[in-house]
Amino acid sequence: MAKTENVPWKKLKIGTIIDEPGSAVEYETGDWKSQRPLLEKAKCNKCGLCFIYCPEGCIRPDEEGYFIADLTFCKGCGICARECPKKAIMMAVEE
Amino acid sequence: MAKRIGIEVSLAIAEAVKLAQADVIAAYPITPQTHIVEHLAELVADGELDANYIPVESEHSAMSACLGSAAVGARTFTATAGQGLELMHEVLYIASGMRLPIVMAVANRALSPPINIWGDHSDAMAVRDTGWIQIFTENGQEVVDNILCAFRIAGDQRVLLPVMVHLDGFHLTHMIEPIYMPEQNEVDRFLPPHQYPMPLDPNRPVTMGGFSPPYIYTETKKAQVETLAAAKPVILECWQEFGRSFGRQYQPVESYHSQRARVLLLTMGSYSGTAMETIDKMRAEGQDVGLVRIRLWRPFPFLQLRQAVKDAEVMVVLDRAISFGGPGGPVASEVKSALYNEKKRPRVASIIGGLGGRDITIAGFEAIINRGVEIAEKGSEQEFEMFGVRE
Repeated sequence: MAKTENVPWKKLKIGTIIDEPGSAVEYETGDWKSQRPLLEKAKCNKCGLCFIYCPEGCIRPDEEGYFIADLTFCKGCGICARECPKKAIMMAVEE
Repeated sequence: MAKRIGIEVSLAIAEAVKLAQADVIAAYPITPQTHIVEHLAELVADGELDANYIPVESEHSAMSACLGSAAVGARTFTATAGQGLELMHEVLYIASGMRLPIVMAVANRALSPPINIWGDHSDAMAVRDTGWIQIFTENGQEVVDNILCAFRIAGDQRVLLPVMVHLDGFHLTHMIEPIYMPEQNEVDRFLPPHQYPMPLDPNRPVTMGGFSPPYIYTETKKAQVETLAAAKPVILECWQEFGRSFGRQYQPVESYHSQRARVLLLTMGSYSGTAMETIDKMRAEGQDVGLVRIRLWRPFPFLQLRQAVKDAEVMVVLDRAISFGGPGGPVASEVKSALYNEKKRPRVASIIGGLGGRDITIAGFEAIINRGVEIAEKGSEQEFEMFGVRE
């Protein structure tokens, strides 16, 4: 839940200016998605293109160096799957 | 002491912007606004005005550049007309919604097609819901005065909203008029230094116009509604202060022999001068007529309008714009809605005229008033009538 959810209009700053950098992290966009990326590690060469292309900035390398999407923020756009040169990412329909 | 000089109104606007010491001007030339921005470009190029002049590739870019400029806290000016204002349309909402105090002179011009560079209010009326403060002027002096007022109103910390100052294309922009140009020290006393409370600054980052989901968007719009409403007393206060400083007084609704007059004509902009002469003539002939002029179009002065017209039986509203497929002229429509819930109210006749720069003479205004009275008293099958159309 974002911090502004219950804010009354009088408490908004001028022009709804946001003066706290990085506050978008409070808005969990993961519930927008209708499909999720699944990584097949056997095919992945850890090139990081998915990390670069992700418009949400939600893909990060894990301890082993595999790039994994944070499903709390992933909108399920499928760009990572489309751009993966090894076809290691599959989009699975959300149940 | 202010000197009274003969000067083209467009040039006088540029000189007023210089007196206000604008920091940034971003503009695209379009007739009949051109002389305003040409003269500003000259003032900047000659080093008379210490400002950045951004020659952009379109009006959409002009207003966009103004957003950035106002957002970093620079005193910002632009000017446009007709199609140029329409090309800015979506950016106008950004300026008001983000509370960016931009001042813009609009040299009112008809909208195409067919192409017409002359004055009417089609452009101004098409942007009436964009959240800007809109002030209409009647002559060169009023334009200069209200450009200075616009900077003070826009930059007032209780307002921080963009302001349009409307002047009729050609009928005002290209006239040479005697105008009192204030001295720099007088303007400095009237207009405080520009300050924006939360400017874009890499050392103190802020996000403007950020993402607003359904749970917060309505609150942002409520805040905007209240801010624009709260701007009204500040505008009145500014005009009073201007009157004290410079001796010329402005009101949101101005009256001319309107007290207890049975029939009222309502106008906006430069045609009001001819309208006043018409009222003089008709009153001299014993007719019970008066004139009401709306100066502050947004935020609309509901109370002052109701007060000004409460005793009249008939109101004839001249619109210089068309709300296609709508109830009539935009001003008549607004006036009707302002009066609808009043117990005692005049009947309102909506007449559209003066489109695309067509003159309305004294005889013309007389005909408009007489026809308006006829419509109000006998009724009409039409919601509005267009004056002077050849059948």
